[in-house]
Amino acid sequence: MSVLKIEDLQVSVETEQGTKQILRGVDLTVGEGETHAIMGPNGSGKSTLAYAIAGHPKYHVEGGSVTLDGEEMLDKSVDERARAGLFLAMQYPVEIPGVSVSNFLRTAKTAIDGEAPAIRGWIKDLDASMKALRMDKSFRERNVNEGFSGGEKKRNEILQLELLKPKFAVLDETDSGLDVDALKIVSEGVNRAKENTGLGILLITHYNRILRYVKPDFVHVFVAGKVAEQGGPELAVRLENEGYDRFLADTTVG
Amino acid sequence: MAAPQISETDQPAAPLIDRPDPAQHGLQAHSDGGSAFVPVQTRSERFTSTSPDDFEAVTGREFEWKFVPLAKVAHLISDAVDGSPTAFSYTENGGATVDWIDRTNALIGSAGAPEERASANAWSSAEKALHILVTGEDGQETVIRRDRFDGSARAAHVVIEAAPNSKGTVILEHAGDANLAENVEIVVGDNAQLTVVTVQEWDDSAIHLSSHFARIGRDANLKHVIVSLGGSVVRVNPSFHLVEQGASIDSFGLYFADAGQYFEQRPYVDHVAANTRSRVNYKGALQGEGAHTVWVGDVLIGPHADGTDSYEQNRNLVLSEGTRADSIPNLEIETGNILGAGHASSTGRFDDEQLFYLQSRGITEEEARRLVVRGFLAEIIQQIGSETLEARLSQAIEVELLAAQATE
Repeated sequence: MSVLKIEDLQVSVETEQGTKQILRGVDLTVGEGETHAIMGPNGSGKSTLAYAIAGHPKYHVEGGSVTLDGEEMLDKSVDERARAGLFLAMQYPVEIPGVSVSNFLRTAKTAIDGEAPAIRGWIKDLDASMKALRMDKSFRERNVNEGFSGGEKKRNEILQLELLKPKFAVLDETDSGLDVDALKIVSEGVNRAKENTGLGILLITHYNRILRYVKPDFVHVFVAGKVAEQGGPELAVRLENEGYDRFLADTTVG
Repeated sequence: MAAPQISETDQPAAPLIDRPDPAQHGLQAHSDGGSAFVPVQTRSERFTSTSPDDFEAVTGREFEWKFVPLAKVAHLISDAVDGSPTAFSYTENGGATVDWIDRTNALIGSAGAPEERASANAWSSAEKALHILVTGEDGQETVIRRDRFDGSARAAHVVIEAAPNSKGTVILEHAGDANLAENVEIVVGDNAQLTVVTVQEWDDSAIHLSSHFARIGRDANLKHVIVSLGGSVVRVNPSFHLVEQGASIDSFGLYFADAGQYFEQRPYVDHVAANTRSRVNYKGALQGEGAHTVWVGDVLIGPHADGTDSYEQNRNLVLSEGTRADSIPNLEIETGNILGAGHASSTGRFDDEQLFYLQSRGITEEEARRLVVRGFLAEIIQQIGSETLEARLSQAIEVELLAAQATE
């Protein structure tokens, strides 16, 4: 059983006003095949958690650890973490001019697996995943994220999730900006990845809506850089009804 | 280590800089108060002559010479150069003929005339001109390989002629050592579609000053591509004269300057006739101490060029410290009745977010950088339209990237 373990994670970021502490001791354990929803108000540090796990250079780890099956991830470069089995579906995927989706995917797959995929099987997998995500074949020859709509970008993220087969994925507000049809397609992709590979998921979201399609096993409420409360799926329902007010009463959101 | 000097220019319709002595072509100083007023000179009135002595001695302060490492090229500007024909090789096909013509041939001078001293020096020294005549209509490719120059100072003259209604590609490949000043005239007949690609893969020691002059006929299109990857000082300055209605030019450039290399290109698009179209797109990468590139893009939309559609851009990607990219777009518009005229210029470093994105998919930093640069330059390579050459240039850029990373 694979385990992603986050312990006492403290992270700061450089801002124009100086160094700002964002995460103030986060503890989370995600087991293989589990789905953990991370919810919380704006500015509570949800996206910082996502980027810190992936190793974005803008975020400075001040303390704590993130281990995958006992192996420390925080000492590793961004690409080493990905090759160890971590994946981040980004909220705002960037454009890579002149690099086609198919070239990018093949390069990434080769990097993750340590060898080039067998051509025939690869094309078959690619076609199947694209079809399931309702992505036209012409996407393969388009440049990565260039001219993609918001929904197309998110589908392209989930396409990578399906093809690269990580052990754990952080989905950073993958549902934001999607209409309900696109949300269903994306959610189905996440569920397929989970069924096929036993993917463990950290699902960061601002809204309850996606939890109807991707069922969480656990819900964690993030407030002011740490987990303020956790529970089962019923907690998400309660949050939908009550909002975050009761967490914010005696806290200053940074 | 010095920080990279990044120059970014995006100003509207700046007047072009004068040559040193305006009196030379009849401009008189203003008499209204004797202030230091410099009359605006349109690009079309720049002085031209085929005789080097008609030009002032070059000091390095002139706009056309101010960026060039003058010590390395001074002999090509002011000394005698050997203008005898130099051997070359070419692939034979049915679409074109290749021969030498005399300098008295009427074709000589039909596409333009020198605007600076090195060009005039080459013009007056070249004994014969290499004449490539494209007559085929099937888009055949003629490759001229010029790799038999040596280190001695040489002058050359090339005339590429596309017969009316013809369609073809001429590729000028340059390799080995060189110390060459030359003029290349391109005459595109009515309704012809010509592609001219000049590839500079010289040895590190090579000096190459080249002026291209193109006259583009009615409803004709020239696609012109400059690729500079190797050489010490390589300057290729093309002028495109859209002299008949419906003429169009697609001007592309790709350069990759390593440590100590100087690459310059100054495309000039001259919209003379009505309903002419131009697109200029140059992209460059710079890596290593002292790598220096210069792009000056002039577009002149003349008083009779109604319905002109024009856009020029230059983008530079700075890959390391200690490099310098100069990028200067100039736009002169003499008629209000045009479809469009735009320009863009940017010089920047790697986008950290692009690298993060690629690395987060398991791709190493080195490979991510190569992907980004390759992607950046691919836009130009894909325009060439010769599969063989595209594949070879992609490979050559790969080698540049690997070599650059190995020395980091």
